Amino acid sequence: MVGELTWPRRLLGLWVPLAALFVFALFPFAWMAATSLKANAELYDPAANPMWIRHPSLVHYIDLFKETNFVVWIGNTMLVALVSTLISLLLGVMLAYPLARMRFPAAGLLAISVAVAYLVPQTLLFVPMADLINRMKLGDSLSAVMLTYPTLLVPFCAWLLIGYFKTVPRELEEAALIDGASRWRAMTRVILPLCTPGFLSAGIFAFTLAQNEFLYALLFLNTSTIRTVPVGVTGELIRGDAFYWGQLMAAALLGSLPVVLIYSFFVKYYVAGLTAGSVKG
Amino acid sequence: MSTNPVLEAARPAARAVPVRRAFQLREWLEREAVFSWLMLTPPLLFLLAFLGYPFCYGVYLSFVRRPVAQPATFVGLGNFVNLWSDSIFWQAVWNTFRFTGAATVLKLVGGLGMALVMHQNFRMKGVTRALLLLPFIVPTVLSTVAWQWILDPGMGMFNRILMYVGLVTQGPSWLGNPTLALVSVILVNTWRGLPFFGITILAGLQTIPTELMETATIDGAGSWQRFRYVTLPLLMPVIFIVTTFSIIFTFFDFQLVYVLTGGGPANATHLMATYAYSISMGGGQMGLGSAAALAMVPMLGLVLVAMSSYVRKA
Repeated sequence: MVGELTWPRRLLGLWVPLAALFVFALFPFAWMAATSLKANAELYDPAANPMWIRHPSLVHYIDLFKETNFVVWIGNTMLVALVSTLISLLLGVMLAYPLARMRFPAAGLLAISVAVAYLVPQTLLFVPMADLINRMKLGDSLSAVMLTYPTLLVPFCAWLLIGYFKTVPRELEEAALIDGASRWRAMTRVILPLCTPGFLSAGIFAFTLAQNEFLYALLFLNTSTIRTVPVGVTGELIRGDAFYWGQLMAAALLGSLPVVLIYSFFVKYYVAGLTAGSVKG
Repeated sequence: MSTNPVLEAARPAARAVPVRRAFQLREWLEREAVFSWLMLTPPLLFLLAFLGYPFCYGVYLSFVRRPVAQPATFVGLGNFVNLWSDSIFWQAVWNTFRFTGAATVLKLVGGLGMALVMHQNFRMKGVTRALLLLPFIVPTVLSTVAWQWILDPGMGMFNRILMYVGLVTQGPSWLGNPTLALVSVILVNTWRGLPFFGITILAGLQTIPTELMETATIDGAGSWQRFRYVTLPLLMPVIFIVTTFSIIFTFFDFQLVYVLTGGGPANATHLMATYAYSISMGGGQMGLGSAAALAMVPMLGLVLVAMSSYVRKA
């Protein structure tokens, strides 16, 4: 910024708004944590201070593990997210590499199609997709979501990787070709290793998107033991009109934990992906 | 193939044919178009099968009447005619526009503010950025369930605090009153999407050279003038991209409303996506539901046209 600000201006211009942003962004998490750590007697006591915990208790966490398939759902979510991310990265590279680095007829048209495909939301396709999956006899299986998530993630990964592939100078590839390498070798040994940050960005992003997906999981995963966390929590922890808030908040917090942990290790790449391609959300 | 040099030298013509054919195959594989299409075919087939085909099939479905597990009968534009005279459908359309408009404005203004605040020198900037982005990272369904509890009329956080400080004896029914329910849905969408705007616009701010600001200051521009005539014009491309993306994904939103209100009370928060879902999955009418989903396509087309004309201008 231009010039040094005096401390009252810095207080009003930086610390107060920053504090407000922190409260706005993070209070739901504090509420989740506070709720999940209170036994029902305290939780539903109208006289108690709602933002304070008098008698911390792990009862909701214990119930969550003992009475529901929560651990299985976490495992399913991770498995599905991992597999669909790997498929999407592989297909994304195959799509992005020629579009970014080769000259051939229809390249421009294909690049535009990828961009359009990226913008097509699952909300538009879920009716025919449900029918398609049922006719393929894949309904109620993890394969159904492992196959359908990449339809959202492949265009995204390809779009992000095209940007990365374009930053590598063409001379590097030409030098490898002159030295006798085939195009395949030039790609796998020269260009792709240089784009590792791009793979990390696309991968971490695809992974968080896959963890977040709900509509296809809602359509395709009916049996309790093959559900992912979002459908498990909304489908089974909310029983009719009765809300078990303590258990629900424990599930919301624990269900968010894996993706937050992975995100915290790769924040730099996540933000790079966010700002490089603009994102679903 | 023979490796004896003497033998091969003695029969040059016989040697030349097979070697030359192998050479040509390799040459052919090395051509840019051939190599490209070999790479492109598998992902393109995948996208055609699971994106292109469902889209075309959805268009077909919108022209038939097809209750679950029964054969389809062609009804032409019948489904669209039915939707046209369906007051709940129009309510969902109107809700979708209000929801998208209000949430986008709030996210844009708030995100711009967040970016300007963050674009100052202070310690632990990286950690701050990572923490403020959390609402965007956490699975939407899980944070929305938390919001449902925050907005609970009896024991939710908002009403508990209102009652605890003695402001009211009984808090409002945030998700039970039609107007408040729509406000709540907009609020939760804003909460989740604002950091995305903030962090992306911040990245745009960081690309503006400081020399420009210094020159403007020397020329006598105040802080508002610097923002209005230097910062904002240079930020426009970033703002345009973020906003168009956000409009699309807010317009097509499903999970937030499905979890928070289920479209209620009395359809007051139904969006086109949740209504299409309730027609096709709840009501079992695949054709009509597919038509309701396809009714969102014009909006997608409109945004794509706006985007491409902007890109062409720039």
